[in-house]
Amino acid sequence: MTETTVATIDDKLLTKRLGKAMFRSRLRAFMLVVPVLLFLLLSFVIPILSFLLQGISDDTFSSRMPKTTMVLSEWDAVSEPTEEMYAALVADLKVVRANKTIGKVATRVNRDKPGTRSLFTSTGRKIAKIEPPYKESLPGIKKKWQDIEVWQAMKTASRKYTPGYYAAALDLKLTSDGSIVRQDENRRIHLTLMTRTLQISFLVTIFCLLLGYPIAYLLATLPVRSSNLLLILVLLPFWTSILVRTTAWIAMLQSQGVVNDLLVYFGVTDDGTRYSLIYNKLGTLIAMTHILLPFMILPLYSVMKGIPPSYVRAAKSLGASNWTAFWRVYAPQTIPGIGAGAILVFIVAIGYYITPALVGGQEGTMISNTIDDHMRKSLNWNLAAALGGVLMIVVLFLYWIYDRFVGIDNMKLG
Amino acid sequence: MKKVTTLIAAGLATAVGIANAADTITVVSWGGAYTKSQVEAYHKPWIARTGNFVVSEDYNGGLAEVKAQVEANNVKWDIVDVELSDAIRGCDEGLLESISIDDLPAGADGVAAKDDFLPGTYYDCAVANIVWSTIYAYDSTKLSEAPTTIADFFDLEKFPGKRGLRKNPKANLEMALMADGVPADGVYDVLETEEGIARAFAKLDTIKGETVFWEAGAQPPQLLADGEVVMTTAYNGRIFNAVASEDKPFEIVWDGQVWDLDLWVIPKGAPNKDAAMDFLKYSTSTEALAKQASWISYGPARKSSASLVGSFHNNPDLKMAMHMPTAPSNMTNALQNNFEFWADNQDQLSEQFNAWLAK
Amino acid sequence: MALPAYAGWGERLWYYTFRFICFLIFVFLISPILIVLPLSFNVEPYFSFTPGMLTGDPDAYSLRWYKDILTNGMANPEATTGWWSDVWNNAQWVRSMRNSFFIGIIATIVATSLGTIAAVGLSRSEMPFKKKIMALLISPMIVPVVITAAGTFSFFSKFGLAYTHTGVILAHAILGIPFVIITVTATLVGFDQSLVQAAYSMGATPIRTFFKVQMPLILPGVISGALFAFVISFDEVVVVIALASVEQRTIPRQMFSGIREQISPTILAVATILVIISIGLLTTLELIRRRGERLRGVTPA
Repeated sequence: MTETTVATIDDKLLTKRLGKAMFRSRLRAFMLVVPVLLFLLLSFVIPILSFLLQGISDDTFSSRMPKTTMVLSEWDAVSEPTEEMYAALVADLKVVRANKTIGKVATRVNRDKPGTRSLFTSTGRKIAKIEPPYKESLPGIKKKWQDIEVWQAMKTASRKYTPGYYAAALDLKLTSDGSIVRQDENRRIHLTLMTRTLQISFLVTIFCLLLGYPIAYLLATLPVRSSNLLLILVLLPFWTSILVRTTAWIAMLQSQGVVNDLLVYFGVTDDGTRYSLIYNKLGTLIAMTHILLPFMILPLYSVMKGIPPSYVRAAKSLGASNWTAFWRVYAPQTIPGIGAGAILVFIVAIGYYITPALVGGQEGTMISNTIDDHMRKSLNWNLAAALGGVLMIVVLFLYWIYDRFVGIDNMKLG
Repeated sequence: MKKVTTLIAAGLATAVGIANAADTITVVSWGGAYTKSQVEAYHKPWIARTGNFVVSEDYNGGLAEVKAQVEANNVKWDIVDVELSDAIRGCDEGLLESISIDDLPAGADGVAAKDDFLPGTYYDCAVANIVWSTIYAYDSTKLSEAPTTIADFFDLEKFPGKRGLRKNPKANLEMALMADGVPADGVYDVLETEEGIARAFAKLDTIKGETVFWEAGAQPPQLLADGEVVMTTAYNGRIFNAVASEDKPFEIVWDGQVWDLDLWVIPKGAPNKDAAMDFLKYSTSTEALAKQASWISYGPARKSSASLVGSFHNNPDLKMAMHMPTAPSNMTNALQNNFEFWADNQDQLSEQFNAWLAK
Repeated sequence: MALPAYAGWGERLWYYTFRFICFLIFVFLISPILIVLPLSFNVEPYFSFTPGMLTGDPDAYSLRWYKDILTNGMANPEATTGWWSDVWNNAQWVRSMRNSFFIGIIATIVATSLGTIAAVGLSRSEMPFKKKIMALLISPMIVPVVITAAGTFSFFSKFGLAYTHTGVILAHAILGIPFVIITVTATLVGFDQSLVQAAYSMGATPIRTFFKVQMPLILPGVISGALFAFVISFDEVVVVIALASVEQRTIPRQMFSGIREQISPTILAVATILVIISIGLLTTLELIRRRGERLRGVTPA
């Protein structure tokens, strides 16, 4: 295309046409990802967001006890409850008793004031026959209704949007006047767990690096034929079920297991004093390191393969010792691999569930296990969501770092 | 095989004009020796009688799955074996179908179900089948002297070695207080106070460093057998079975036992509710309960079953009566689990227990 | 990294020490997997080697745990007729195996088809918001599975998808998509877009172009992506714990409760079978990789 031909066509029109064509081809490309985006949105993004939303919203009380919620919102949480408040409470209790949801309301209030569960359910059994004035008759059924703390707990429970669960996830608690204080010492647990989760993930990352680096280096420097063979030894664990590997570690490490048997056989210890190698933090560390090691080796290996051996040779020919050549010339070039591997291992480790659940015992369990406990045992989904939210923030931050320094498009598998 | 039974059952059903032919119900229980006893005493005879089929599933207690299924409007379980506090809580939360005691058959001796069942064993949504107990047991080959009291369990000097405890505050706190000198009938009064709870945890603290925690009922006998612990709390039937069928050298200490009920409940919206109800009626009949007692040492909830309880299924010399939690000799210092206390405090105490574990 | 002839003794010492360290690390990697194989033939119900096994006594070995895989849960293991159909319908492990394959295969098909199309789009230079979309599509790999499980469970419950095969399949497909996208985009990196232009200019429809020109070239990537997606589903347990009832119970789920509750060598027997399957998968993958390199004209370095 020469300049003269361009001049004959209206510049603007050309830009417009070009723009249109560009737009169409961009649209065509975009249409290809639309199905997967929709799929992801509907069965991943929205579910997770709506789950996490439960960390700040809870309408268990407000939706079932609307009248009480209304009067509680006007109450100052200090003065004595009025007849009007008692009447609203009785009216709501009659409804929830009839539709059998009183237990749900009771469980909710019980979270803020333990011991109120039976107050609700046993009152519920007698609520049909109650007569006004309720300010006298309700405490007549259970004296505890006069306790202002019960009313304060209901006021806290009646908030539809509450920072209470995030506070609990950080070992704080929400008081009835809306302020946030530290949780009682004997109920603080989550910060300990989070620190432990970070600690275990960090140690696993370090161990993976220590064990993975030599292997990756060996693989990258051996001739192709033998390195391919050894690579299979790395890939085999990678492709073996995590459950299988965890089972295998139980067989290896339990007190009647292979390792202890060997230690007894070689006289390192005797039969009575076998080591506790599993169902504790050590077990979690060993099994997780084993499971995540390939995630470290593979990125390291792919980086090391790209480092021309001539650099090290050049350094040596200039008089560098082996160590200097390695440390000053080779190692710095492997830093991208170390970064990629370490962040990947850390991200996977921090949300790990299966191995700690099976071999962690008490001291080896992690935050994921607690989230699961709240989902499936204590049934406190709101707290599970708040804990999940905290975990998500950490993971997304790491993901962002990974993308910045490694780039998501550089992620490789196998 | 299943197809064949189904066909026969279907044929029979049309012949006698029953509308719903072979159903398959999912019965959920605690696994191991306990489920085995139910399979032998309930499932097999019921399958043979009705031509229906039973899928047996194991779980570790708690209401979580029932709640999830009911709230998801997709109930898969037809009938579940639960602890009392869970039965009460599930009923209050509207997760369970109501069960009327008047629908249950009378005892073999003709006494109406209402009077035949032991007091406090049936509720709006639940009917008990057995009385079980949390006891502690030890491996007699590992100890030179036999422990006899609940205090001995907490005495690491006299009885050194690892302990096993359930990973749940329930029964642990009670046992700790009894070991600390609180009489059985005063335990829950003490636990009502902050100081009392602190006292129980302080007692547990004394053995925490030497303790392995278990979750499933099948674990304690395994822990003893593997030599991971020398003493562990356990469900009495599991220990009994390890002794009776596998000849293990375990001994039960009944002092300070905490007994409880297991009850059948039907989740709201169970897919085969009618068949489940029929199963419930059959399995809590005098004969079925008595038969179960020949497979595991749990006490039947019906009075009329007591006289039929004989000996262990494959050993006529092994009389079952004295191994039941309810045997008078075992009840000298026993505590009934207070369901109301646990319904109120389970959440808070679990939280505190977990915090204590994590420390 | 061969040892040069002129190496000094210090260098020699380091050379062999380094090899030895690597050897130990390989032992750490492989030994747990290998240890499972002989233990699964233990005649005793233990996880440890019996003296008989160590002396090679044939009576110390047996196939009883493999038999247990077939018979556990059967209505009537002693029956002479209809034995295999009983196994097929009722044996717990066999049912889990069927579930694992059913869920895994369908999830793989969903993940592979959606993922491949998306990867083709993503590899076009004119793709808008490429990095952001890529970050979103890879995120199921990064988000802790517990959160994915909790989210899908509480959301799917509202639509009656919890405790159904569909629910588990959807969640597993989600988890598989990032792997398909990564592997397929990797094969598309060296793809010459002018081949597509050429096909268009000769009158081929986009669909025909895709199947006749692009597909054969990216096929190795698609297959290894599909294998990844399948393995992810086949090995997944956290989502299954949350979303599946007994009817959807898969092999890993069955192993999980086995390990938690009653640990028996049956689990080791299952583990052995799974190890053999993964060796098979690994071999397939390796063959595909070589073929892919040949096709794209890349010679192994």
